[in-house]
Amino acid sequence: MMEEASVFMTHAIGLHARPSVKLTKLAKTFTAKIELSVSGEGPWIDAKSIVKVMAAKAPQDTTLFFRAEGEDAGAALEALKALVERDFDEGAADAANA
Amino acid sequence: MRPMPEAGTREFRGKPAAPGLATGTLVFLDEATNRQAETSDAAPGSPDEEARRLREAIAASGEDLTALMSSLDEQSAGIIEFQIAMLEDDVLVEPALASIGAGQGAGVAWRGALDEQIADYEAAEDEYFRARSADLRDLRDRVLRHLGGGLQAQAILGGVVLAGRDVTPSRFLETDWSRGGGLALRQGSPSSHVAMLARARGVPMVVGLGDIELSDESEVLLDGDSGLLIVDPDAGARAAFAERQEAARNTRESEDEFRSKPAVTRDGTPVSVMINVADPDELDALDPSHCDGIGLVRSEFLFHGAGGLPDEERQYLAYRRILTWAAGKPVIIRTLDAGGDKPIAGLTAPDESNPFLGLRGLRLSLARPEVFRVQLRALGRVALQGNLKIMLPMVTRPEEIAQAKRLYAEALASLRAEGTDCAEAPLGMMVEVPAAAIAPELFGEAAFFSVGSNDLTQYVTAAGRDIAAVADLNDTLHPAVLKLIRSLVEGAAAMGREVSLCGDAGGEPAQIPALLRCGLRSLSVAPRALGRTKATIATTDLGDADG
Repeated sequence: MMEEASVFMTHAIGLHARPSVKLTKLAKTFTAKIELSVSGEGPWIDAKSIVKVMAAKAPQDTTLFFRAEGEDAGAALEALKALVERDFDEGAADAANA
Repeated sequence: MRPMPEAGTREFRGKPAAPGLATGTLVFLDEATNRQAETSDAAPGSPDEEARRLREAIAASGEDLTALMSSLDEQSAGIIEFQIAMLEDDVLVEPALASIGAGQGAGVAWRGALDEQIADYEAAEDEYFRARSADLRDLRDRVLRHLGGGLQAQAILGGVVLAGRDVTPSRFLETDWSRGGGLALRQGSPSSHVAMLARARGVPMVVGLGDIELSDESEVLLDGDSGLLIVDPDAGARAAFAERQEAARNTRESEDEFRSKPAVTRDGTPVSVMINVADPDELDALDPSHCDGIGLVRSEFLFHGAGGLPDEERQYLAYRRILTWAAGKPVIIRTLDAGGDKPIAGLTAPDESNPFLGLRGLRLSLARPEVFRVQLRALGRVALQGNLKIMLPMVTRPEEIAQAKRLYAEALASLRAEGTDCAEAPLGMMVEVPAAAIAPELFGEAAFFSVGSNDLTQYVTAAGRDIAAVADLNDTLHPAVLKLIRSLVEGAAAMGREVSLCGDAGGEPAQIPALLRCGLRSLSVAPRALGRTKATIATTDLGDADG
């Protein structure tokens, strides 16, 4: 069954180098097929591919839509949403590195 | 006046990307290094053979990067980690493998696939994404070097000015900068990873010099402050540059010496020095132990985004990040100070004849309680996360504080009714309107005062500092402004209220001694002014009445 979630991203630059590394690394810890979109209607891209995630060039103040299919889909969406809500855990080193 | 340069001296103007001054010999980065990989493709092997060569070169490149990463600080490591993640993604390799399947050699196929990615980044609207093309170029060239039979990058000794079209992050990280040097690039971007690294390491860098004629081994002076490259300087230019380097070194040494220490005047009077924050990203590069807290958070930064007015959650997260950084030191967040010279679309009045005397600061917040309420709720929630104080801008009459307090109490009550955790923080005020500075005793409801010296000065002198023709009248050192500040400090002391100052004057060496002599013992300054403020305080003697 396909599950979906969306979350508003406020990271200073957007879905940039470091946030993308964190997002794809987290996505790869789940077996479910996970996709993301910046529009909610697609195109849907593989959330485990940093090349594709970076190519989406999602700027700051974008709503990210996730959908997942597979055994741990629910947990995957929860975890990804939480990561974005925590601003990618980038209290100290984010913008300088992104 | 500087003498006209001799015939040999040439100056080129680019964009400053990292501040500082460097002198040295120009060394061109070899842009032909990678051609060798493709010449070895003249007679490619079978597709299986070429695919295996590419896989091996990618694996070897990954090993290089992993080894490089282990020797780096966190910021630099993050940049290399990004490259490793890109390299490990099959999506990057697939187009190259497809070309190999169609008969191309590994080098040509890899270059073709990466050039397509690079072109895609270069076409991005956002400068930050555009600057990532340099990371892709770095990856492309590293793999090509391995395909070329382990051909290593041109060895770069430190102490030279590297010139070229652009420079890759790994090239930057492999260069020894401990002996000085700088970067002078024809293209490049202040948003590139290399520019970030250069700023962090104090390596002067100029980008966007354009298609200029340069020859290897020229003597150059590089001014990363203004974006100037001086080639073959004459004796006069060299002497002037050396003087500036010496002055900068002295200033930096004295500022570095004072930045990390508590501020004390020459006669031993301690002064609290806090920082003003206009954008939480500024905090990344700062050490909280170097200041006594944050004396002013300009919450306007939240209201300028493309997403319109910020909702409660977004404000809460931004404030929480700031309080977390401060780790228990006081953080004074000023409620929205829109209007005047800070218009916000959809919020401030569009056609006031004199916006500085109009609906701005707290006046606007009280006129738009639905917007103010969102901010007060976010502040109510975040008060649990640190030592928060809330500051109201442009207070003119005590009734305005009473009204703001009522709205704040309502916001806290609504949070509690929903079962949301919250706490009440002290509510203080800016003193920038002369009416408040003249009669602080009217404002007993305020928990603390902070002098907004920019606005106070312009209202007392009736001269805007943004109007060049009258800017010299806009002087915080005008005896009337200083007299007013002194009387405010005395009035606040009689009321048992703390008073600080958070305008630009607090970080100006020429103005700091006069402010301390008014009785101020707490200044909040721009982060870059922290060192010079403490250095100036240390040379000020308050025991010396004439000084």
